[in-house]
Amino acid sequence: MVPVMYYVILSAILFIIGALGVLIRRNAIVVFMSIELMLNAANLAFVAFARQYAATSGQLFVFFVMTVAAAEVAVGLALIVAIFKTKASINVDQINTLKG
Amino acid sequence: MTVQLILFFILAIVAVLTAVGMLVSKNAVYAALYLILNFAAVAVFYLLLNAPFLAVAQVTVYAGAIMVLFLFVIMLLGAEKLGQSQVQAWQRPLAIGLGLILAAEMVYILVSGAGGLVVASQGTTINPDFGSPANVGMELFTKYLLPFEVTSVLLLVAIVGAIVMTRVEKK
Repeated sequence: MVPVMYYVILSAILFIIGALGVLIRRNAIVVFMSIELMLNAANLAFVAFARQYAATSGQLFVFFVMTVAAAEVAVGLALIVAIFKTKASINVDQINTLKG
Repeated sequence: MTVQLILFFILAIVAVLTAVGMLVSKNAVYAALYLILNFAAVAVFYLLLNAPFLAVAQVTVYAGAIMVLFLFVIMLLGAEKLGQSQVQAWQRPLAIGLGLILAAEMVYILVSGAGGLVVASQGTTINPDFGSPANVGMELFTKYLLPFEVTSVLLLVAIVGAIVMTRVEKK
């Protein structure tokens, strides 16, 4: 079996790449995809520890995270579409006013 | 080196490279395709970790449903190349610096074990049916029944929210 530490390190690397994506990219959709990457990195650590401690609960938590991610993407993309309709831009630097 | 370890390293390289590809690709469609590859690699990790149910859910929910939604919105808005221009010039170097600090902190915590993250290299021995759909389902519908039901409410709220958000307002 692969040591769980390897999985944790890989998960940390993926999480950092995701965080960098949120900070560097200006396209709101790519920022969203980076958030998905971070959620996925956390999921990987969950499953690795679930295997390590033979606990099914860890796998179920990943299941719930997936559900939350799906809900978040549906609402988030609807928000992006609504913003694009009013501002004709999804550059997160230009979305700096609250009133449409 | 066992077969599992070789498989792990190949997949790790694929996962990291696709994540970096998503980070640097100028076209949002390419970024989405890289992310699909990344999710597929993670799904194979789940298979390595005795989680076949999650591996299939990962492919159908993440690589399938969520990423199709992403691609659909990118193409609907024609937003492949939008959002390139940096308004603040200092923003990118600062972001890279902060990312490196985060990486350094994670390396420190993982190496020194400061976060109480000391685990035995050898995993607990598991039943052959650990993580099988039957096992996961049993736990989900007995111990985690309430969270499961709350999830359905969450999805309903998301559906309503998405529809309200994209509704054309009558003047």
